[in-house]
Amino acid sequence: MAAEKRLMKGNEAMGEAAVRAGCDAYFGYPITPQNELTAYMAKHMIDHKRVFIQAESEVSAINMVYGAAATGARSMTSSSSPGVSLKQEGISYACGADVPMVVINVARSGPGLGGISPAQGDYFQSTRGGGHGDYHHIVLAPKSVQEAADLTFEAFDLADEWRMPAMILADGMIGQMMEGVVLPEPKDPATRVAKPWAVGNKGKRAELNHVDSTQLVPENFEKALHARYARYDEIKRTVARWEEQHLEDADVILSAYGTSARVCLGAMQMARKLGLKVGLLRPITLWPFPEKRFGELAGKRFLVVEMSMGQMVEDVRLYTHGKSEVSFYGRCGGMIPTEEDVLAEIRRILKK
Amino acid sequence: MTEKTFMAGFGGQGVISMGQLWVYCGMKEDLEVTFFPFYGAEKRGGIARASVIVSTEEIASPLVTVPDSAVVMNMDSLPLCEANLKQGGTMLINSSLVKVDTKRTDARVIKVPCNEIAEKLGDVKFANMVMMGALSKATGAVKLDKLEAVLKSFFGPSKHKFIPMNLKAIEEGMKAVG
Repeated sequence: MAAEKRLMKGNEAMGEAAVRAGCDAYFGYPITPQNELTAYMAKHMIDHKRVFIQAESEVSAINMVYGAAATGARSMTSSSSPGVSLKQEGISYACGADVPMVVINVARSGPGLGGISPAQGDYFQSTRGGGHGDYHHIVLAPKSVQEAADLTFEAFDLADEWRMPAMILADGMIGQMMEGVVLPEPKDPATRVAKPWAVGNKGKRAELNHVDSTQLVPENFEKALHARYARYDEIKRTVARWEEQHLEDADVILSAYGTSARVCLGAMQMARKLGLKVGLLRPITLWPFPEKRFGELAGKRFLVVEMSMGQMVEDVRLYTHGKSEVSFYGRCGGMIPTEEDVLAEIRRILKK
Repeated sequence: MTEKTFMAGFGGQGVISMGQLWVYCGMKEDLEVTFFPFYGAEKRGGIARASVIVSTEEIASPLVTVPDSAVVMNMDSLPLCEANLKQGGTMLINSSLVKVDTKRTDARVIKVPCNEIAEKLGDVKFANMVMMGALSKATGAVKLDKLEAVLKSFFGPSKHKFIPMNLKAIEEGMKAVG
């Protein structure tokens, strides 16, 4: 029998997917527009006899995640933009200590306290290593409630496999809207990636394990960073993921992620009805960015659409190596671009 | 088939519930659905709006900017719906609270005295279900034939006694569309 389709809010679907992925411990602090996620975990983690703690702050929550994850527990936190800023120190430490964890950002408008409406102004923070030091972590950008659930489920495996935080970069629209979703089957704990590096439960192990980001000997630290960046190269080769439509004959390729990509899909369909040759290239992984695919398309005309003043557009320019004309259309401050706006921009570019 | 509906009223009228039930029933009728709410921070009396889309295709933007149909539950919502409705679209008006005619002469206008019909059934709270029945009849997008089962999972057991009244309200709403 096919799995039942449920009508769920994005926030709740991400919560349920995390439970099914075997999240052992959740630590969070409330913030709009991701509150339903923390609330969902408050109920369901406790029902499953797992750990749920509402911390006294975001800083506290991320450090609880760091500690729990260092023992090998599948651990997670969620927040929204200003809260995720507060977590950056902890994320930097986790990246420095190679500790896997899942961080969900249901992004809202910024900077500062900003507003509570959907936005995509956290792209730089998410993909460049938002804290201090040389690092990256995996960033996944869902476009629907279904994908929010699927990517959250998968994020736990990716984090464990690559020993780094995996972030879900959603936005207030993905978190708040309801759609039909078929949830993944609960993960069999026996299929989890082994964590021989984890602290605690020494048992018969000869050596003590240490999980730490401290490296006071520059020669050693440089070697360790090189090793980590070699792993990043491997991730870039194997983990990058995207969705593409109608690229073959496209006179202009729309590029967007998350909610903006949904808007672009509608704009592309409207444009095709008018006989305009428009394609869509949607990064699903924002880090690693699908740089190879963009490189192959260098020379094509691009229109990047974001709910920001323009952040991912810089990666599109970077990875088309100066060979593409790349335009940008953005709304910000919590405004969402419409299909009609994007169509008008396409017509302006194509002069049709 | 894609039906994009914009629903608007004030908080407490059940606009959000109407939107959720509309897409829930649509999903049970094997349609792709999306529901995006907008409401003020107030518990009651603020604005309540919902963008709802049901479709046989993958749904692009969840935001309804040019609705095929608009549901106007109160007077304050009329200007917004008039501004957005698609050329020749369907406008369902709760004529119990909206006493003026719409300026949109191109629209297919359906007036339903939702509050009066609901009060006759026993409680004004069913006004949203009266409207949803009318929306179903007017657009044909969602048949609502699986509503009873949907209501059973939507409401907790303590509220199941109200299900027959909800179904009656839907029926009356359907009848109100000529």
